[in-house]
Amino acid sequence: MLANDAIKIESLSKTFGTYQAVTDVSLTIHKGEVFGLLGPNGAGKTTILRMMTTLLKPSHGTITIFGHDTQKQPRQVRALFGLTGQYASVDEDITAWENLMIFSRLNGLSRSEAKQRSTALLQEFSLVASADKAVAAYSGGMRRRLDLAVSLISQPPLIFLDEPTTGLDPRTRNQMWATIRQLVAKGSTIVLTTQYLAEADELADRIAVIDHGKLIQVGTPAALKAAVGGSTLKTQLQSVNQIPAAVKLMTQTLHVEATADKSIITAKLGNPNQVTNVLNRLSQHNIPIVNIAVQSPSMDDVFFALTSGKN
Amino acid sequence: MEIIAKPTHLMANTATMAYRNILKTIHNPERLMDVLIQPILFTVMFGYLFGGAIAGGVAAYLPTIVPGILIQTMLSAASGSGSQIREDLDSGVFDRFKSLPMAHIAPLAGQLFADILRLTIATVVAFATGFAMGWRPAGGFGWVLAAGGLAIFTGWAMSWLFALLGLLAKSATMVQSFAMMTMMILSFLSNAFIPLKTLPHWLLTVAQINPITHVITAMRAMLNQGLWTQQAWLVIIFGVAIVLIFAPLTILAYNKPN
Repeated sequence: MLANDAIKIESLSKTFGTYQAVTDVSLTIHKGEVFGLLGPNGAGKTTILRMMTTLLKPSHGTITIFGHDTQKQPRQVRALFGLTGQYASVDEDITAWENLMIFSRLNGLSRSEAKQRSTALLQEFSLVASADKAVAAYSGGMRRRLDLAVSLISQPPLIFLDEPTTGLDPRTRNQMWATIRQLVAKGSTIVLTTQYLAEADELADRIAVIDHGKLIQVGTPAALKAAVGGSTLKTQLQSVNQIPAAVKLMTQTLHVEATADKSIITAKLGNPNQVTNVLNRLSQHNIPIVNIAVQSPSMDDVFFALTSGKN
Repeated sequence: MEIIAKPTHLMANTATMAYRNILKTIHNPERLMDVLIQPILFTVMFGYLFGGAIAGGVAAYLPTIVPGILIQTMLSAASGSGSQIREDLDSGVFDRFKSLPMAHIAPLAGQLFADILRLTIATVVAFATGFAMGWRPAGGFGWVLAAGGLAIFTGWAMSWLFALLGLLAKSATMVQSFAMMTMMILSFLSNAFIPLKTLPHWLLTVAQINPITHVITAMRAMLNQGLWTQQAWLVIIFGVAIVLIFAPLTILAYNKPN
């Protein structure tokens, strides 16, 4: 294990009875990076996360967190991370302040330290005004913020976020993203699971695509997109009559097959400079265009390409 | 293997968890309904219904029924711990407890210690109801305290049993229905409400084996005669044995990683 590795997962598998939930996953997560586990529902993301957080015992394989084995030294490992669950795991019956105090005490803080830390976290997560309200009366966004605040009590170097924005509206989701970025700026290592491609793209330095319990691919969002293929050129013509001629012209110019759908012609673009040639040729043949766009692949393209035909 | 928590760590964590449970009760006082209403309702109802038939009058029946109903209430309060634990486990907050570097048994122990408060309330209410109906225990106030202590100890020991049930059961509803059945069988097939001498031989044997009979007999000796009997020691030994057996089993069930 290298000194700059936060987590090392080696040939990890998990079976529930006869159901193989996770199959032979090996991964290394570096210190200070935001690592995304991306996959559809039931892909095994949460199972992997539960094994990393000592809540579930692997059937095979090992997980090492900052040099500590999760199965042999669970207590040392638990001192090193904070966990924010898929379903806000704070106590609904009691207030935010009481939750923070109780979890501070359970994290080993003295009473006065616990008070200081709880006050600071309430301020940091803008919960001061509702500190004395029972959590049951909180909105989804407030509950997530409290949940995150609770997992940051011990200022852990590693933070696990299990679907941090599932069920949040776009505004609270953006607030949550901003909060997560602040954590990154402070140097924390973050592992997040998500089924939202945009979220993985926005936040993660590297992404592991998981499907049916298997690791499909790991890489930076850019690398994953590149692996799926380069940019796409989309050209919209003024006149539908000219489409056959234009398709032929573009296929010749780009040396790849262009396809037409309604009035839009789509073709793979190896090199963006080829756009000039395409425009010149179209203009030479008097084919006027309405619109032309170069699109790089989205995480959606990556996701569907990697998990295609299985769901 | 997991290192065992330092005792101070364990006690501090348990105290915090007990505080959490008491806070939950303060925010939701309806959690105390069972221990407040059950002893009043049953003592009044059974006292006036069966008093004349069984003992020739309500006042004469009270020394029989007050300890009987108290122990019955202890049984249902103890089973409440089990369903509470099941509910907690289902809420997801236990995942967080389990992922903290804290003493692992603390969430359970905290719950069970906080429940001593419920058991104490039940005891006070049961005795007060009896007193209001004219019950005057011959043993005097000191023995009332001692008998109350024995009842609370019994209830607490049994709550470990229900805690294990709560961990193993699939839902809180299942715990409740099982607990209801256990409470009915244990309290009615004992000397809690009736003198045993009229029972047919086989039922008498069952009632005499029933540990609840021994608890109640020991309490009656304390309350009515001011005597600490051998049976009282037996109850203590039995209670300690339950905790010694079921606490480790409960911890085992709690720590079992799926």
